[in-house]
Amino acid sequence: MIIGVLLFYIFSAVAVISALAVVFAKNPVYSVLFLILCFFNVAGLFVLLGAEFLAMLLVIVYVGAVAVLFLFVVMMLNIDYSRAKEGFVKYLPVGLGIAAFLFIEIFLMLKASVGDVASLAKEKLESEITNTEAIGQVLYTDYVYIFQLSGIILLVAMIGAIVLSHRTRDGVRKQVIADQLDRSKENTVKIVKVKSGEGVK
Amino acid sequence: MVDTLYNIGLMHYLVVAGILFTIGVCGIFLNRKNVITILMSIELMLLAVNINLVSFSAYLNDLTGQIFAIFILTVAAAEAAIGLAILVVYYRNKGSIEVEDIKQMKG
Repeated sequence: MIIGVLLFYIFSAVAVISALAVVFAKNPVYSVLFLILCFFNVAGLFVLLGAEFLAMLLVIVYVGAVAVLFLFVVMMLNIDYSRAKEGFVKYLPVGLGIAAFLFIEIFLMLKASVGDVASLAKEKLESEITNTEAIGQVLYTDYVYIFQLSGIILLVAMIGAIVLSHRTRDGVRKQVIADQLDRSKENTVKIVKVKSGEGVK
Repeated sequence: MVDTLYNIGLMHYLVVAGILFTIGVCGIFLNRKNVITILMSIELMLLAVNINLVSFSAYLNDLTGQIFAIFILTVAAAEAAIGLAILVVYYRNKGSIEVEDIKQMKG
């Protein structure tokens, strides 16, 4: 029990500190790396909550795909990051003020409303199946249409990203299949009689 | 069961999620030069929402929250891909990704 408590505090502390580092780091590359650290720690929190499948999904999707995408974009764009923090101090009071206000709001709301959650809870099903299996049993039955819809969302996002970032360049020699099929023996091969000792001119 | 310092309950997870969400909002306000950091702050906020959903799911013994978190993950991935694609196109046209320069639509 005590190890669980300890793990909770370690995971959440590292997650919060690395989230702060994401916002305050000077170099965006460090920001992305701290974002990855934050995701790993939140995945640890998910494991503590018993949502192993979602924890692994978080590591695979966020760290494996989204964070790497961020890293690529940060490294691809040639930006002068020495000026990246200009205006930071100027907006610091208003930013911190709004953040403090928002947090107090969230906290008071939680205090007021999250009281008797235990009475709302369904009874715990003592079964042999794992978290992943339980999710699969719900996801492919009750939520199958939403599942398909999320697939369509991903497809649209993929096509959109490709269309947006695709660029047609000049001077690129592409395969033109019609031209290839159009070639025949008559307009490509010429038979020449060569006299001996003279060669082809 | 009362949440205390040594007895981790729902409230603990919700407070962590609240802190992460607040940091995300703070990041949007503070980074006026760099759109990439703003996108990362949005990812932090979505992560906080996911923590909320998963912790309620765990404490209510109801899997619906985790299913919903999967869909939020999907949408977040799509959003990051589209956002970064727009960013790359914008950078190609303008040579800058500062927030203050993005005013073409006079908004």
